[in-house]
Amino acid sequence: MDPLLTRRSRGLMGISGPLVEIPPFPGTFPGQMVELTTGEGSVRSGQILEVARDKTTAQLFETTQGIDTDSSWVRYLPRTASLRLSREMLGRTFSGSGIPIDNMPPPIPESEKEILGSPINPVARDKPSDFIQTGISAIDLLNTLVRGQKLPIFSGSGLPSNELAVQIVRQATVVGEESDFAIIFAAMGITHRDASFFIEAFESSGALSRTVVFLNLASDPTIERILTPRMALTTAEFLAFERGMHVLVVLTDMSNYCEALREIGNAREEIPGRRGYPGYMYTDLAGNFERAGRIRGEPGSITQIPILTMPDDDITHPIADLTGYITEGQIVLSRELHRKGIFPPIDVLPSLSRLMNLGIGEGKTRADHRNLADQIYAFYARGRDLRRMEAVVGEDAMTSEDKKYLGFAREFEDSYLNQGQKGRSLAQSMDLAWDLFKGFPPAALTRIDRRWIQSYFPVEEEKETEGSQK
Amino acid sequence: MNSAHRGSSMDTDGRISRISGSTVEAVGLPGARMYDVARVGHIGIMGEIIRIEKGVTTVQVYEDTSGLSVGEPVLCTGQPLGVELGPGLIGSVFDGIQRPLGALRELEGDFILRGTDVCSLDRSALWEFEPAAAEGDRVEGGDTIGIVREGGKILHRIMVPPGMEGLIQDINAGSFRIEDTVARLKDSGGKERELTLLQKWPVRIPRPCGRKIPPDRPFLTGQRILDTLFPVALGGAAIVPGGFGTGKTVVEQTLAKYAHADVIIYIGCGERGNEMTEVLQEFPELEDPQTGGSLMERTVLVVNTSNMPVAAREASIYTGITIAEYFRDMGYHVALMADSTSRWAEALREISSRLEEMPGEEGYPTYMGTRLAGFFERAGHVQTLGKEDRKGSVTVVGAISPPGGDFSEPVTQGSMRISGALWALDTSLAHRRHFPAISWTRSYSLYCDTLAPWFMEEVSEDWPEQRMNLNRMLEREKEILEMVQLVGEDAIPESQRILLLGARLIRENFLRQNAYHPVDASCSLAKQYWLLRAFLESYQVTLKALERISLENIMSLSTLSDLARLNEQPDDAFPEASREVLAKLGGEIDEMARQIALQKEALEKETAGGEAGKKEA
Ligand SMILES: Nc1ncnc2c1ncn2[C@@H]1O[C@H](COP(=O)(O)OP(=O)(O)O)[C@@H](O)[C@H]1O
Ligand SMILES: [Mg+2]
Repeated sequence: MDPLLTRRSRGLMGISGPLVEIPPFPGTFPGQMVELTTGEGSVRSGQILEVARDKTTAQLFETTQGIDTDSSWVRYLPRTASLRLSREMLGRTFSGSGIPIDNMPPPIPESEKEILGSPINPVARDKPSDFIQTGISAIDLLNTLVRGQKLPIFSGSGLPSNELAVQIVRQATVVGEESDFAIIFAAMGITHRDASFFIEAFESSGALSRTVVFLNLASDPTIERILTPRMALTTAEFLAFERGMHVLVVLTDMSNYCEALREIGNAREEIPGRRGYPGYMYTDLAGNFERAGRIRGEPGSITQIPILTMPDDDITHPIADLTGYITEGQIVLSRELHRKGIFPPIDVLPSLSRLMNLGIGEGKTRADHRNLADQIYAFYARGRDLRRMEAVVGEDAMTSEDKKYLGFAREFEDSYLNQGQKGRSLAQSMDLAWDLFKGFPPAALTRIDRRWIQSYFPVEEEKETEGSQK
Repeated sequence: MNSAHRGSSMDTDGRISRISGSTVEAVGLPGARMYDVARVGHIGIMGEIIRIEKGVTTVQVYEDTSGLSVGEPVLCTGQPLGVELGPGLIGSVFDGIQRPLGALRELEGDFILRGTDVCSLDRSALWEFEPAAAEGDRVEGGDTIGIVREGGKILHRIMVPPGMEGLIQDINAGSFRIEDTVARLKDSGGKERELTLLQKWPVRIPRPCGRKIPPDRPFLTGQRILDTLFPVALGGAAIVPGGFGTGKTVVEQTLAKYAHADVIIYIGCGERGNEMTEVLQEFPELEDPQTGGSLMERTVLVVNTSNMPVAAREASIYTGITIAEYFRDMGYHVALMADSTSRWAEALREISSRLEEMPGEEGYPTYMGTRLAGFFERAGHVQTLGKEDRKGSVTVVGAISPPGGDFSEPVTQGSMRISGALWALDTSLAHRRHFPAISWTRSYSLYCDTLAPWFMEEVSEDWPEQRMNLNRMLEREKEILEMVQLVGEDAIPESQRILLLGARLIRENFLRQNAYHPVDASCSLAKQYWLLRAFLESYQVTLKALERISLENIMSLSTLSDLARLNEQPDDAFPEASREVLAKLGGEIDEMARQIALQKEALEKETAGGEAGKKEA
């Protein structure tokens, strides 16, 4: 039999972790998909990582349990990992490797794409600049999200990142626009309970029919997780850039994805980088996260909200660190605020939206937006410093000026951040923010242009409070 | 055969024997030379030979290798990786191996595909060439034979390539394409050489130049904390390490906008795509502060974002610095922004680990430090080649992204050893939105002393003294704050609280500088000097006022809020703006002291009167 026709070979040279070594076979190439059939006839899918004259190395997306070297067959598919794409994917649920798991037939494909994707040519990109109102003050006013941004949530175990993500997805609107939108939800290694939480939330907000779900649960094969975000983002690119939709992609939990990367790295006996993660993890993550944005002349966009869990709440851990180096900011959740019962427990100080300036200001939100956010940061940061000092020196040693800032920080956390499940319009977020400055003389607001102080400083009410004090 | 000039090694039949990530091994390439370019696979994607061992040649490939198979052909071109230098560079956007991204988009669409070959510089564009030399002139490497005006304000000197010399046989004015012959030389060996508008140069070899000029002129950035406290010399090297979100990119972009330089080479090395979009969409609209032309007319972008091939990322900084040297050789002051050098080092690490080389610290190859030094040493202020007396410079500002924000890692440490200024970004400053988040305690500049005479000459005799006063004040503030942390601010002497007040004004309104404020974004040296004087003197004035009015009175002075906005006054409002605010401060204190005296008098009278009244009653 001519092996070139059947493109099958029998026998393996070795098995180690998720990797199998296959005798060389003509025409194989890195990235090529393979199917491994065990002696018992069960079929596992895999992908070639490396080809050499003496052997071919492939990773299996499913377990290597029960595979032996002699009776296995490897079939070489004529393609790299790819996905059949269609608008009909909306409302459907797929496995982490893109197979329908909702007992319905596969959607009729309109197109097929390699999931590895290609980099967007930097000159083809368009600046993201449409403000997305999430209804959450700590985001809308202080760390504004714009269409086409990649803004992750840095969570810790047990912190309500899912609730926050769902709230963002549910409330996200671009003010003054009805648009063709889609949600892509990619789950990697999360529990069944967490996954159903998301899906029910999409359902109750009526968005499920516009959602594509890719599920790799904690009980599913680890290595399959390498494919899942790529499946999701390939779908996103299709819907955004070929079907003109505004796509919001939620990827959770990227930490599990990174664990899968580490497992393969270890199996390949690579020299590990920081804390055992592969040295190329930055490049690998960037290959996923950079698949967001807008393209000149195209109506659609891809906005990403990846969620990750910081081991031990450590923001310098490689997973959070590398992500922060790639994404356009981060929303950081705080255990301390969570303990105080504040929801959403967003620590605004380490949080950041790098694209904020593109989406705010005159003609987009309001002229005082940037200044107002800066001033809140300045006061709150000072209040937090003083709080630490107060813990050492005691309340009595604080000056009357100090106490104002302490009060500001308290008020900011207890009432401003702590908005619960209720959404606020940006105007509400801004008005409430200006109210926080009551009790400070207008001259203290040095980060705000005098024009905006004139227009927005809560004068009337200040007189009232003065009056009531008398 | 048309391709014969590519080299005889074309005839050998090299074959791929192994593919691993971005490295490909080939056998059957006996003529291979280190760092020559090879063409890999049927589609002929480009790579560079980085190891030759026991008959196996390793090629690092500048494009994605998926789809290549063992047994596909590998060809050597016999040429090292080079860049094209000539008219058309200015305003261009290239990838790490100098492929023009605009042309690539026209050919491939919005996504970068593989195996597309495009010339770096446009072959069909016509340039007006004005000769600056004449028939019979003897010329050598670096001599200008003529001028081409590119769209903007940059005069593009067409120079004799380094290493070439001869007698001009003929030279013509007129419109030429870059490959057309504009002049003919006869060299001393009697050989005839043709000169075009185009030169090529291998990126890994520094372009030759004359002697180095000592670092006695500053590279002016318009950033107060940099120019005043941590200046870098023209032709010097500065590094900007900082964790994510601390402001590296904004520093690089702000300097690209406002720094005094003739040409800016901006290298986006392994960073975000959208950041490049910002530059691309903003720069054409912004005005070059020196020439009034558009900013894009002094800028060349080299963009190899984090998701583009790693090997091309490794090459990108060499591509960038070679272009920088070329403009230096024309006698320009060039600033090269590299964001970020860490991503370059990581690319080196990825390639090295594919080669299974012995890893050094943190997995970086042991030669990483040498390579880093080799790059930074290409900065400099030099006498250029050629008979004309031209000086040019390349100033390098490299961003560094230390993992976890920890500066003890090898790339930060290695770069610190070879650069002259450290602008250390501080995460806690960034968190409180104090930007630029440059730490005044951790940063340093080794150029201060050699630059002092220039500042004394150009700005003010007492510049070093004012600078010293600033440093003292910040140092003192630090000591006092340490004390305050233990006992609270109420418990320290009033004079120290006045110092805290003064230092806060300096931190907030001198060291802090908003890159997005229409006026504050850039600051002239004169304004820097007068602002600083205003803050230092106002501190002295308020300290002295303690003798007459109380601390609370001082804290409530309305002129303090004028001081807090003094930085928002435009450059040309100085020194008057500073004088005015100081006069106002003095006036307000006098007035307050007078009021207090009056009140006191009245109070005394009243009590006296009251007592008298009581007596009467
Ligand atoms: N000089 C500055 N003025 C105002 N904002 C700044 C300044 N520097 C940094 N920022 C803010 O900090 C954010 C992160 O800065 P960036 O340069 O992107 O960080 P890095 O490159 O270090 O990750 C920016 O998006 C901007 O909002
Ligand atoms: Mg950056």
